[in-house]
Amino acid sequence: MNEVVTKTVEIDSHSINFGPQHPAAHGVLRLILEMDGEQVVRADPHIGLLHRGTEKLIEYKSYIQALPYFDRLDYCSPMSEEHPFCLATEKLLGITVPERAQWIRTLFSEITRILNHLLNVTTYALDVGAITPSLWGFEEREKLMEFYEAASGARMHANYFRVGGVAKDLPAGLEEKIFNWAETYPQFIDDLETLLTENRIWKQRLVDVGTVSAEQALGLGFTGPCLRASGVPWDLRRAQPYEKYSEVDFKIAVGRNGDCYDRYLMRIGEMRESVKIIQQCLAKMKPGPVKVQDRKFAAPTRGEMKRSMEALIHHFKLYTEGFHVPAGATYTAVESPKGEFGVYLVSDGTNRPYRCKIRPTGFAHLQAIEVMSKRHMLADAVAVIGSLDIVFGEIDR
Amino acid sequence: MTFLDRTARSFLLSELLSGMSLTFRYMFRPKVTLNYPYEKGPISPRFKGEHALRRYPNGEERCIACKLCEAVCPAQAITIEAEPRDDGSRRTTRYDIDMTKCIYCGLCEEACPVDAIVEGPNFEFATETREELLYDKDKLLANGDRWEPELARRLELDAPYR
Repeated sequence: MNEVVTKTVEIDSHSINFGPQHPAAHGVLRLILEMDGEQVVRADPHIGLLHRGTEKLIEYKSYIQALPYFDRLDYCSPMSEEHPFCLATEKLLGITVPERAQWIRTLFSEITRILNHLLNVTTYALDVGAITPSLWGFEEREKLMEFYEAASGARMHANYFRVGGVAKDLPAGLEEKIFNWAETYPQFIDDLETLLTENRIWKQRLVDVGTVSAEQALGLGFTGPCLRASGVPWDLRRAQPYEKYSEVDFKIAVGRNGDCYDRYLMRIGEMRESVKIIQQCLAKMKPGPVKVQDRKFAAPTRGEMKRSMEALIHHFKLYTEGFHVPAGATYTAVESPKGEFGVYLVSDGTNRPYRCKIRPTGFAHLQAIEVMSKRHMLADAVAVIGSLDIVFGEIDR
Repeated sequence: MTFLDRTARSFLLSELLSGMSLTFRYMFRPKVTLNYPYEKGPISPRFKGEHALRRYPNGEERCIACKLCEAVCPAQAITIEAEPRDDGSRRTTRYDIDMTKCIYCGLCEEACPVDAIVEGPNFEFATETREELLYDKDKLLANGDRWEPELARRLELDAPYR
């Protein structure tokens, strides 16, 4: 009569909220981790907390006004984000940027790359438990930001690359300063590597954590250092050179294992190559105009504007109405420090973009968190996030 | 041999010790930190800081209310109203900048045909309330008077590049 039903119900998985306030979440990542003890069973990233509607905003701005918004996408590498928008607009307009402007853009793209990788590598070390690299790294970053400031007037949100060139020529003496800095920088990378590369704690935390095979990486849409760490030698600077990358000599770091440690090594390797590119840019740069000389697209100089009526009209026309871009569409991408950052620009012939779709780098990387941190410890999830170099400004847009 | 070498290195904590000795050597290097309110980092003549409205040396305000800055401002932070003054010259009756909207892109300064609105070298204008950041014409002109020597010097230094 008395039937006793015995059931064993196992409840051992529990979920925790990782972020959006967690310092290792790199911004406003809300990661819901389903845990089995200390192991991650499922990682579910929630995004959108930094959504500002940039793409929609740009549809209501002239091309000149839209540019500053790109700085604010990936705020760790501002000038690299402006770059594809300039290139896309120039492609639709069919204008070619003067030599010197191309060199300046190449130079600052590489400075930006170092700026970004320095922040990533050193704060990554901070996530994993090493404090010293970030204290040293920020000193170097400060020097680079001074270059940014000297060229554009802002330490981060530069608004420096413009459609048809760059905003202003480099001030006198800046090239020398950058040259002197580039002489000393490899020594700093050596110091950084002394602290990290062979360190057993660093290796224990990184090696064989978050391994991604080449097929997986391609399938997940990886680009940049994350893809190259998996052994795919794909770099837009080499594959479809823009600006002056076809005229400079550089190597591409390619990894083998696709784990967190390789991704770290990729960034260190890229910084060393960037220094070489910077030195070549400085050596090959010649004085000359930094904007297209067509007054329909780039403002005249102030001296000209004060003297010539026509220049004054162009000045007023540019800063009120902007320029009209012929109807068409283009997808233009550059190799930003984090990977392929692209802009799909549709123009309907007016002075404002009809549509501007931004292809963020981190978005594709973020979806891999699930795959990469599965069956790893909770602390390894932190290492995985740090190695992906996620910045929420660009993911949420 | 490699195995022996690696084992010996690992056993002697060589990589940890070399890292520590490097850190130790860094301790004797000159300090790079700045004692902020008393020491400040360098600023170039292009720095985009707090806005100011400038005057001509005779005291007449430069702004002619052409509204180019208002038109180009990507954040629409500038509001201008204008009408002819009693002496017949066109001047602004209202010039407001919402500093909480401003994104410090520097386009207003670039657009201004008479060098009236400029972004100055000042970056220490934090306030306690939000309302204090809604600058009106008086505040901007006062900024201009306060910073004029510095502003004129900056514009002169940057003139060859503009």
